[in-house]
Amino acid sequence: MATEGGHGPLTSGDYISHHLQNLQACKDSSGEWVMNIGHNASNICSGNPMAINVDSMFWSVFLGLVFVFLFHSVAKKTSSGKPTKFQALVEIIVEFVDSSVKDTFHGKSRLIAPLSLTIFVWVFLMNFMDLIPVDWIPSAASAVGITYMKVVPSTDVNVTFGMSVAVLFLIIFYTIKNKGVIGFVKELTLHPIAPPTKGIALIASPFMIAFNFLLESVALIAKPISLSLRLFGNMFAGELIFILIATMFSSGLLLGGGGGLLHVGWAIFHVLIITLQAFIFMMLTIVYLSLASESH
Amino acid sequence: MDINMTLIGQSIAMIVFVWFCMKFIWPPLLAALEERQQQIEEGLTAADKGKELLVKAAIEADEIVGEARKQATSILDSANVRANEIVADGKLDGAKERERQLSAAKAEIEQEANRAREELRGQVSAIAIMSAEKILNREIDNKAHDDILGKLAQEL
Repeated sequence: MATEGGHGPLTSGDYISHHLQNLQACKDSSGEWVMNIGHNASNICSGNPMAINVDSMFWSVFLGLVFVFLFHSVAKKTSSGKPTKFQALVEIIVEFVDSSVKDTFHGKSRLIAPLSLTIFVWVFLMNFMDLIPVDWIPSAASAVGITYMKVVPSTDVNVTFGMSVAVLFLIIFYTIKNKGVIGFVKELTLHPIAPPTKGIALIASPFMIAFNFLLESVALIAKPISLSLRLFGNMFAGELIFILIATMFSSGLLLGGGGGLLHVGWAIFHVLIITLQAFIFMMLTIVYLSLASESH
Repeated sequence: MDINMTLIGQSIAMIVFVWFCMKFIWPPLLAALEERQQQIEEGLTAADKGKELLVKAAIEADEIVGEARKQATSILDSANVRANEIVADGKLDGAKERERQLSAAKAEIEQEANRAREELRGQVSAIAIMSAEKILNREIDNKAHDDILGKLAQEL
């Protein structure tokens, strides 16, 4: 574990922080694109808000393409006759997502179901990268000169936030579509305390509206934050535990053997977590969007 | 761990994938699923209908077999009756024939007996006359007693 990369992390702390560093690209002060790649790479891009985590983007787009390719190949030659085994699997997933959507979302929308399917499968695939032993892909990458490589996109808070922000825009879009701009504004300002509309109490209305607005804005913003942080937190913690277990492998036969057992146990448990987190992300998206399109 | 442009990139990637899924993946898959659902439903109804028909057919077959059995029994019965009739007729005919033959034989026998008696009577009278002649030839005139003997022969 301790020998990959150019300058080679030496301690457990180095090993862990090395594993948690993204491969990043950004423009430096002279306007040129730079990356923390190659030997003796320094993390020039960390803290730069215009930087791009190349590894996260690569793996998430790659896995998205895997999803699109696999499902499209089935969808293209699908038939109502006897399905192949893989087609049956895809159909089970599609049916599962479809029934989840139908149970929760009662409006009519051509977007919700495909959105849910994409989220479920994509997030599952991104989480699934966590089950690949933590050193395999980074070691292979460092062998070709890429020092840093984080392979689980859902342990990158940017990735989970990116998705939940898209969901937030969909929530706003659906609220406006179903209730109009005025309905959206009303929802933000007239709940949960209805401001008085007549009499001397009218003076208090602006304060109540301001109060409501504050409360409802927080509630609205909390949705994508909780959505993304839940996924990120679970996956990051899981990944970190895998890394910690991996540090045991170099600490002698006894600890290494124990680490092996722990790794197997945690991986088996993690199978549940990655599926569950993908499902929760999908389910909450459906719930938020159904709340947005139903009047209460 | 810091927020950067990856967030925007991920959002764009997500929009593209969702769009692709909505356009090219979801509709054909769901259409196929619904079609198969339809087919399975139709198959199940057909199977139910088939079962119903089978039950009906079994009942019908039972009915037909019962009818056939009934018919067979009645045919057998009438055949038995007919056979008995034929046997009875045969017996009757036989008895009649026997009676006829018997009476014919009896009549013939009687005829024969009568004929024999007649013959015998003739012969006896002839013998009697002969013997009487022989006796009387010596003592009595033939002519004197002829009428008595004729009367006698007639009475016999």
